[in-house]
Amino acid sequence: MAGLAKIILQRLLLGIATLFAVSIIIFVAVNALPGDFAQSILGQGATPESVAAIREQLGLNEGPVTRYLKWLVAAIQGDLGVPMSQALFQSFTGSSTGGDVITVFEQIVPRLKNTLFLAGVSAAISVPLAVTLGILTALYRNTAFDKAMNVTTLSAISSPEFFLAYILILFLAVLNPVFPSLSNIFPGMEFSDRLNKTMLPALTLTLAVTAQMMRMTRAAIINLLASPYIEMARLKGLSPMRVIVKHALPNALAPIITVVALNLAYLVTGVVVVEVVFVYPGIGQLFVDSVKIRDIPVVQACCLIFAAVYILLNLTADILSIISNPRLRHPK
Amino acid sequence: MSDLLLKIRDLKIEGRSDETWNPIINGIDVDLKRGEVLGMIGESGAGKSTVGLASMGYTRDGVRISNGSVEFDGVDLVTASASTKRALLGKRIAYVAQSAAASFNPAHKLIDQHTEGPVQHGVSSRAESELDGIELYRRLRLPDPEEIGFRYPHQVSGGQLQRAMTAMAMACRPDLIIFDEPTTALDVTTQIEVLASIRDIVEQFDTAAIYITHDLAVVAQMADKIKVLLKGDEVEEADTHTMLSAPQEEYTKSLWAVRSFERPAKPAINTSATPVVSVRNVTAAYGTVDVLHDVSFDIHAGRTVAVVGESGSGKSTAARCITGLLPPRIGHVEFDGQQLPLSYKQRDKSQLRQAQMIYQMADTALNPRKSIGETIGRPVEFYMGLTGREKRKRVEELLAEIELEPTEYFNRLPSELSGGQKQRIGIARALAAEPKFIICDEVTSALDQLVAEGILRLLAKLQDELGLSYMFITHDLATVRSIADEVVVMKEGKVVEQGPKKEMFKPPHHPYTDLLLSSVPEMDPDWLTNLLQERGVDNIGDAAADKM
Repeated sequence: MAGLAKIILQRLLLGIATLFAVSIIIFVAVNALPGDFAQSILGQGATPESVAAIREQLGLNEGPVTRYLKWLVAAIQGDLGVPMSQALFQSFTGSSTGGDVITVFEQIVPRLKNTLFLAGVSAAISVPLAVTLGILTALYRNTAFDKAMNVTTLSAISSPEFFLAYILILFLAVLNPVFPSLSNIFPGMEFSDRLNKTMLPALTLTLAVTAQMMRMTRAAIINLLASPYIEMARLKGLSPMRVIVKHALPNALAPIITVVALNLAYLVTGVVVVEVVFVYPGIGQLFVDSVKIRDIPVVQACCLIFAAVYILLNLTADILSIISNPRLRHPK
Repeated sequence: MSDLLLKIRDLKIEGRSDETWNPIINGIDVDLKRGEVLGMIGESGAGKSTVGLASMGYTRDGVRISNGSVEFDGVDLVTASASTKRALLGKRIAYVAQSAAASFNPAHKLIDQHTEGPVQHGVSSRAESELDGIELYRRLRLPDPEEIGFRYPHQVSGGQLQRAMTAMAMACRPDLIIFDEPTTALDVTTQIEVLASIRDIVEQFDTAAIYITHDLAVVAQMADKIKVLLKGDEVEEADTHTMLSAPQEEYTKSLWAVRSFERPAKPAINTSATPVVSVRNVTAAYGTVDVLHDVSFDIHAGRTVAVVGESGSGKSTAARCITGLLPPRIGHVEFDGQQLPLSYKQRDKSQLRQAQMIYQMADTALNPRKSIGETIGRPVEFYMGLTGREKRKRVEELLAEIELEPTEYFNRLPSELSGGQKQRIGIARALAAEPKFIICDEVTSALDQLVAEGILRLLAKLQDELGLSYMFITHDLATVRSIADEVVVMKEGKVVEQGPKKEMFKPPHHPYTDLLLSSVPEMDPDWLTNLLQERGVDNIGDAAADKM
């Protein structure tokens, strides 16, 4: 067990190191975006003087290294800064106490909660569905059922998400009004209401992520079917279902966990299009809006959160894969 | 009700390759009475395992039964439905596989896998079957029978796993067990324990068995009658005593004769000459654990030193120290009297060239994507600096030397060769560097006896022609007897005995050498019985009996 704790600690440190590296990349990339906030807020007719004045006020004239370090130190302390739009408003009105100023943190948290809720609902549908379908297609491999499932899920993953979204809206909101097509959720809503409104975007995401998880489950199981212990299980006269669920699946967990984690990460970081289509107030929309107006603190914070989610989920997957190996769980 | 349990008639089996079905088994009959043990022998590719599995009504992917019947207690398993077969498999017909380590599911405890059969077949409850499992472990003389089942497969040694698998096969008290090479992967000393356990328990429960093996001496101990297979055909069948004393067919006689290959003894070593390789007081470690302790031995020009011992005794580690793959912690290696740098990284090309290796698994030691010409040409170019036409000429010479037709094999890929031919390519690759010294790491243990003999003869011929020195790592004492000049016996990382072969095979021995020597099965069908009596039954790895 000491060995396991050591491995987990190693992975954790590696994850933190990766996050640092990513923070540099984010900073460089965001600063390399063409145009800047001052230019875009003042429009075409801005005089060079007024642009310079705003840049001065927002500290955009400092060197990139200084700005990175300031941002990093603040971010580690949990301070993601103030959106530039807010900072500008503050300086114009002259109020320095900032009672009505919303920080980046405050702006992001409710959005992030919404996105996590959507991701959670999607995962709760898609992961069990994908694993079950993976087991069934492995069990009935090369039958019509297997082929039909593969074609269906592959078509789903190959279609653009907005297209899937509109198809779902057509069938489940317009022709058969089962779910609402607008997901305008807000704080203080009933859970059931919230779930109802989240259903269509969640189904769209399910269609987008199921194929990969299902196919990996199927492939990982089939890959093991030639191994001697599976032959042994068959020669013990066990039913095909039991052979797969009891004997193949536990040994196929590592690749399945990895691909599930990748898809969960996608549910958080790849939801922009779906959120826009359903007007879902998640972090993806906030991200796109902030990029449009070059609100750098918000963009950077979103990127950092996406990166952290990605790293955290992969880290969890790594650790779970390690734990799923009985050789590591029960050393000699 | 006849007492005929298994009746196979005109069984034909086909295997698929490239969309066509080719015959593997060309019509075989088997008759097996209750409580009878049939030994099935033959080289690899003879179809032994295929027949063994077919007698359970099972075929692997890409294989099908094309003709004939397999009647088990009146039920034809060829035509029976899948659910009829499932009701019999595990319950009345059980299987013991070659590699227990691979055939136990790594994700479940032994006892969980043991009780699965009885519980799923409704033979007994989980608790009953667990108690019965512990009782079987005890009867099979597993250490700690109360506790061992609650371990995972990787926590149990190979010989113990093989016995646990026999126990698992016994769980539903089947009428028939198929043993598919159950001791092939084990050391000789462990093999005896497993053989004795299997024989005991089969007798106790009056279980019929088909015992598949390529080792004649093993089958002689286990079987009431023996069937010899060759390339899917039956060669002959007779009761064990008749088969051993008076085999009828030429092929059977040739199998019997393999064990007689022996090189003439060489004159005694000139002790004043500098040895080609001298291992001096080497202690080596993996991580912080010492696995070799103060090992010293010499290898003289033109001689073969066999290094023997069980798996884990440090044979291959000693080879890694000589080649510099594992720098010794203490001590060093001399070559022609010159001390070699400890690590291969510090050795120059000529030092590297002088010591070459041939590996156990010719399959994995050859790059599957490189043609034979490229594989052998690489060291020719790297060490000897030959290119173009000269390189090709040299490769062809080497191919001729290993007795493969150069023009035919030059462009082939490893997948187009047989096991023995692949091992010959391994030899040619080692020879390409024109070394003085070659380490042969279990080079014949993955091969059939006839093929292995061919390899041994080739190595002997090359030694005579080129004056090579061999370090011959093996656990097979028959091989030692046929090829070695000197023998080094290792145990737990130490050299327990060394000397000329003649002396090693003559008493008195070190007790461990004695144990190794006496554990090699002999062709006498009463050998195991006599040996067990001689040693006293309690002596056989029997912690469990002591505790009872």
